[in-house]
Amino acid sequence: MNNDKLVIGGHEFNSRFILGSGKYSMSLIESAIKDAGAEIITLAVRRANTKEHENILDYIPEGVTLLPNTSGARNAKEAVRIARIARELGCGNFVKIEIMRDTKYLLPDNQETIKATEILANEGFVVMPYMYPDLNTARDLVNAGASAVMPLASPIGSNKGLATKDFIQILIDEIDLPIIVDAGIGRPSQACEAMEMGAAAIMANTALATAGNLPLMASAFKQAIEAGRSAYLAGLGRVLTRGASSSDPLTGFLHD
Amino acid sequence: MENEFFVDSQYLSKETLAHKHELETNPDSRTNHMEYMEGMEQIESDVCENVMSHMKAFDYSKYTAKDVRAALEHDVCSIEDFKALLSPAAEPFLEEIAQKARLETSKHFGNTVYLFTPLYIANYCENYCVYCGFNCYNHINRMKLSMEQIEHEMQVIAESGMEEILILTGESRAQSDVKYIGEACKLARNYFRLVGIEIYPVNTDEYRYLHECGADYVTVFQETYDTDKYETLHLLGHKRVWPYRFDAQERALRAGMRGVAFSALLGLSDFRKDALATALHVYYLQRKYPHAEMSLSCPRLRPIINNDKINPLDVHEKQLCQIICAYRIFLPYVGITVSSRESARFRDGIVKIAATKVSAGVSTGIGDHEAKYSSNNDNDVAKSNNMNNCDNNNCDNNNGNNTSNNMSNCNNNNGNNNNPISCNTEKGDEQFEIADSRSLDKMYSDITEEGLQPVLNDYIYM
Repeated sequence: MNNDKLVIGGHEFNSRFILGSGKYSMSLIESAIKDAGAEIITLAVRRANTKEHENILDYIPEGVTLLPNTSGARNAKEAVRIARIARELGCGNFVKIEIMRDTKYLLPDNQETIKATEILANEGFVVMPYMYPDLNTARDLVNAGASAVMPLASPIGSNKGLATKDFIQILIDEIDLPIIVDAGIGRPSQACEAMEMGAAAIMANTALATAGNLPLMASAFKQAIEAGRSAYLAGLGRVLTRGASSSDPLTGFLHD
Repeated sequence: MENEFFVDSQYLSKETLAHKHELETNPDSRTNHMEYMEGMEQIESDVCENVMSHMKAFDYSKYTAKDVRAALEHDVCSIEDFKALLSPAAEPFLEEIAQKARLETSKHFGNTVYLFTPLYIANYCENYCVYCGFNCYNHINRMKLSMEQIEHEMQVIAESGMEEILILTGESRAQSDVKYIGEACKLARNYFRLVGIEIYPVNTDEYRYLHECGADYVTVFQETYDTDKYETLHLLGHKRVWPYRFDAQERALRAGMRGVAFSALLGLSDFRKDALATALHVYYLQRKYPHAEMSLSCPRLRPIINNDKINPLDVHEKQLCQIICAYRIFLPYVGITVSSRESARFRDGIVKIAATKVSAGVSTGIGDHEAKYSSNNDNDVAKSNNMNNCDNNNCDNNNGNNTSNNMSNCNNNNGNNNNPISCNTEKGDEQFEIADSRSLDKMYSDITEEGLQPVLNDYIYM
């Protein structure tokens, strides 16, 4: 297990839990990171772009990789601009592309996301695009230079879990990049299920922010993600994963 | 019970008073409020028809406790569910409604609360809206800030730490033209991350110009969606044209603005119908412009200078809470702003349930931020000393003129229309009386103490 690293753009991580930061008090960030065992935390560039009062950047411990997101972008051009601002702010080379043309469901615009991915990958960013789980888009993102693919499980903030489960499974099966399940994961059990399927990591924000005890929920997610990963590596009994299957070969009676 | 809106100033000439009384008492003397005036752009849109057909058919007395329970159980709040939540039948369920509203708020906004402050740069107005302190017949200190004064006000506000500003004017194209407002927006871009405007409705090309100047949010309050009632409250001026106002947000979005804000002024008419129409105005525009950011405000009528008896009638705090919670459940993704019209106690409570944006460090007067921000009370923006006692002497003293000279000045200022009351001063009077005068620092710490996260900026200008 010690050699089981999450590799994104050549960077290795031990934790497979990516923490969101946008929906809870900054004072809780440090303990959330600790209890989640997280090594990557997202932040909205538009919110980090603040002046005098509390800046979220001041609350993120050293050694944690920042994953700035482009929330607020409505097209590729705006996402590219926000990513460049993130770099200027000293947030590093990682960027999570979020492009929404819909303020109600906050569903990502896959086409614009592909365009932004190509531009930013060419500029040396480690690009992690948030997307609607569509195989063709995922393939285009690979070709555009993405370092991971982040399909949504269900609408952001809905806590509804793996509504797109079958389509995420297709991405896991067909795409060679890490598939990081993002948005809609509301419970540790859902995170565990996604990890059992072979997801490379889980990203969650609202599920923690709306919990009664945020650090405790962060810890619960950590354990669930680790359990799911172990189950995936162990290989679930096929009865459990892909339908009924006899433990003895059905064709054992055949000779030559 | 109705509000007594009509107040006669002793400074009005006989002719002006006669015209005012004619407008107040003789509907035939008033222009057609559904007819566009010259220069007003007319756009093709089905939004108004959709909103108004629902509002007209809304019989809130028919909803029962069963409808309310069903609405509370549904995952997605339909228009019918929303109507039930607005109905009197929902009042006994206020706590359950608040619980559901809080859940929806936390799903979409977590525990964040956004902060902003308004900046009034002029209070000249050409309209006679009977409930408004800026109305052209109300004898108040009028002022329009110069660009130097605006910049100074902005510096004072920016030094307090505020990063979002809402620029407001009275509704006078003559005194505060679009270019003047545009220049103010350009200045604001130097000091603030986000610039919104709350001005008279303008045409699409003018909104586009203001957007290029740096404004990205447009707030227009429809006041009331009841067109017949609207006609009796907005007696003179371009604001009288109800449909031009209704389409303002759509014109703003077509002009490229990122977001728009809506509101009825609760207490003017049937608040349940107005709340329904306001939310549906958002709902239908969101369907048409899904990329746009939308927000709702929930102001209630407040006392104004020279009429301290104006009140929100039957919209008590419980009803206001019910409306805000119903808004949240029906439109979980929209911002909800609760202004300083409401008390600190109410605002502290409602941000824990459904509101996502509050103002702080508020003055609704003109050119007085320095005096208010530098007061000796660190916790509050110093309260104006001229509400309810801003009599005409203030105006006279400020001008160093006697009454007749003063009136003469005012008439000159207003040219040949029948809007005679304005007095140039060093400070312009407030639009309405505020109830929560907390400074930014105080508001910030109060929100933090409630376990919420104050946010000063969540925006990048594109």
